Amino acid sequence: MTETTVDFPRNFQKALGDGQLRRNLRAAMDTLGLRRRTLFSDPEAFEQLRVRGDAIRRRALNKLPELLERLERKCTENGIRVHWAETPAEANQICLDIIRRHDATRVIKGKSMVSEEMHLNHFLEERGIEALETDLGEYIIQLDHETPSHIIVPAIHKNRDQIARLFHEKIPDTPYTEVVEELNAIARKVLREKFFAGEVGVSGVNFAVAETGTLCLVENEGNGRMCTTAPPVHIAVMGLEKVVERLEDVPPLLRLLTGSATGQLITTYFNMISSPRKPGEKDGPKEVHLVLLDNGRTKIWADPELRQTLKCIRCGTCLNHCPVYTRLGGHAYGYVYPGPIGSILTPQLEGLDQAGTMATASTFCGACEEVCPVKIPIVDILRRLRAESYNKVDSPNAVRGHGYKVNAAESLTWKGWALSNATPWVNALNAKLLGLLGPQLPKLPGPDIVKKWTQSRALPPFAAKSLHALAKEKGIADE
Amino acid sequence: MSDARANILARLRAVAPQDTVAATEPVASPETELARGDKIARLKRLMENMHAEVVVTDGQQWTAVLKDLLRQRSLNGLLYAPATPIGNKLAESWESDLPPLVGYTEAVEQSKERLFAIDAAITSTKGAIADVGALIMWPDANEPRLMSLAPALHIAVLDATKIRDSLAVAMRQERWAEGMPTNALLISGPSKTADIELVLTFGVHGPKELIVLILDG
Repeated sequence: MTETTVDFPRNFQKALGDGQLRRNLRAAMDTLGLRRRTLFSDPEAFEQLRVRGDAIRRRALNKLPELLERLERKCTENGIRVHWAETPAEANQICLDIIRRHDATRVIKGKSMVSEEMHLNHFLEERGIEALETDLGEYIIQLDHETPSHIIVPAIHKNRDQIARLFHEKIPDTPYTEVVEELNAIARKVLREKFFAGEVGVSGVNFAVAETGTLCLVENEGNGRMCTTAPPVHIAVMGLEKVVERLEDVPPLLRLLTGSATGQLITTYFNMISSPRKPGEKDGPKEVHLVLLDNGRTKIWADPELRQTLKCIRCGTCLNHCPVYTRLGGHAYGYVYPGPIGSILTPQLEGLDQAGTMATASTFCGACEEVCPVKIPIVDILRRLRAESYNKVDSPNAVRGHGYKVNAAESLTWKGWALSNATPWVNALNAKLLGLLGPQLPKLPGPDIVKKWTQSRALPPFAAKSLHALAKEKGIADE
Repeated sequence: MSDARANILARLRAVAPQDTVAATEPVASPETELARGDKIARLKRLMENMHAEVVVTDGQQWTAVLKDLLRQRSLNGLLYAPATPIGNKLAESWESDLPPLVGYTEAVEQSKERLFAIDAAITSTKGAIADVGALIMWPDANEPRLMSLAPALHIAVLDATKIRDSLAVAMRQERWAEGMPTNALLISGPSKTADIELVLTFGVHGPKELIVLILDG
């Protein structure tokens, strides 16, 4: 689903100028980075662990078709109903059909990035169904009609004063308080009633185990357990790349996930669901559904380099360590997945012509790769996406929307550059001209790219004489 | 939606296997097994860091310890599982000045209000994991899932001999892959969040307090 044309330069300008946002982000990102470093304090042990994480995810992706079928078979044997969706629209419709079959109007949701990708809340609300986010951070931003600005800590762009005002204004009979414990207690009280009354619970999936048909969920608050335990129906939505082969693959990935995300040895809860309520059991949903969403993932999977994007376990640590994300926050990116992982995933899901600019929101510093727990070559993929932006040739592995940046002026410039570098007299002439006219470039008529470039940067001084000319004067042999 | 299934699988099957790195997959470095005392100490330390209250007691004393803990609080009742060994033991020796024992005997459809209103619940555990500090729970027909979730205080009774070194060891030694339960859980403390300015606070949607009674001997 496309958010109609995102105005990146405007978004970036706005975010950079928002002092409050930048202070909120800076503090939080530094803390998350420090916590991660403290947990993975032994670089050798961490490297060993992530080599395993990488290998487990690669193996799972290598066997993806086989594992998806095995997951489906095991889940079905266990009593979980499995649904396949090619597009977010299909996935939404599957959820809606299940909800309608139960005449339900109150849906409680655990945190799920795939459901954000589907815009499920909006879809259900348009059809008269309340879809309430129950993770505290998600609840806060839903109250303010916002989307998550971070994969793990969705309301991190807000500080306690902003949340205090929001609760005071939006939740009836709520006094203004900036005490975090009190804000928590307010949310607990409101949401407890919702957990009690929820008719359908929706959750994401962190890992789905093909061997046993088990859906694994990682969380701290207990809202995820509530959504998957209290209502009579549970719908789990997942991107189809989240499958792993064996149960024993889970412990190393779990450690990498919680350590990278928040610097925790383990979260409060690790929730493994393998079936609906069995005869004789007294609680738990009587129906469990699993919705497998493609939404372009099979296309990404077909290319060996791009496939590595799908190893991601959504820990969000690349966001915390990115010099671009930590200054902009997630909203400026304009799409569901921000930061380095968003910058490689989103253009592939939405098409380069839609979201290709995201691939340019990087300094190529490589911090994201250094911390990635499953060794995704983020920088190589960014470079590939930038190259694909200029690639006119249709091939099976070309990224959707490729070649969108190709334009006559730029092609001409590069042709000129090639000519200049292959023809000595043209090169000499150009060097001379640039020495004369260079300082005037921003003032000359023509493409405003030079003006834009020099708006916030000093124009490098052009030498009066070229290197060639200087070398010649000194009598150095010049070919 | 069988079309979606067929289309997705057809797209995946159309691509030849390309990545051979998996052939050289590294294995986990061998884990060192801790002695029982060290496992108890590590579990206690890590869970206390996460604001759980951990008491090491034994098979004879634990009900007395529990009663003391309950007498320090004013609770409207203690949800328990009658058909379990710990449930039997509690029912045998319950005293009138303690919060009343309430059995989880009916399905949630008949007892939801009670489950969400009662202050505390006590359950057994399947075991625990020393390296990260978490309880292992496999809720079942006798000890349902909401017991460790809905009440504000969860008391968990743990047999010290069932503490494993790690999750991987527990899975392997207990052969989890051969048959997973409806729901398996790891629990490392009372519920918590850091969603507001990363300030860690305890007691969000799940229990606000977790007391672990480790029975050693």
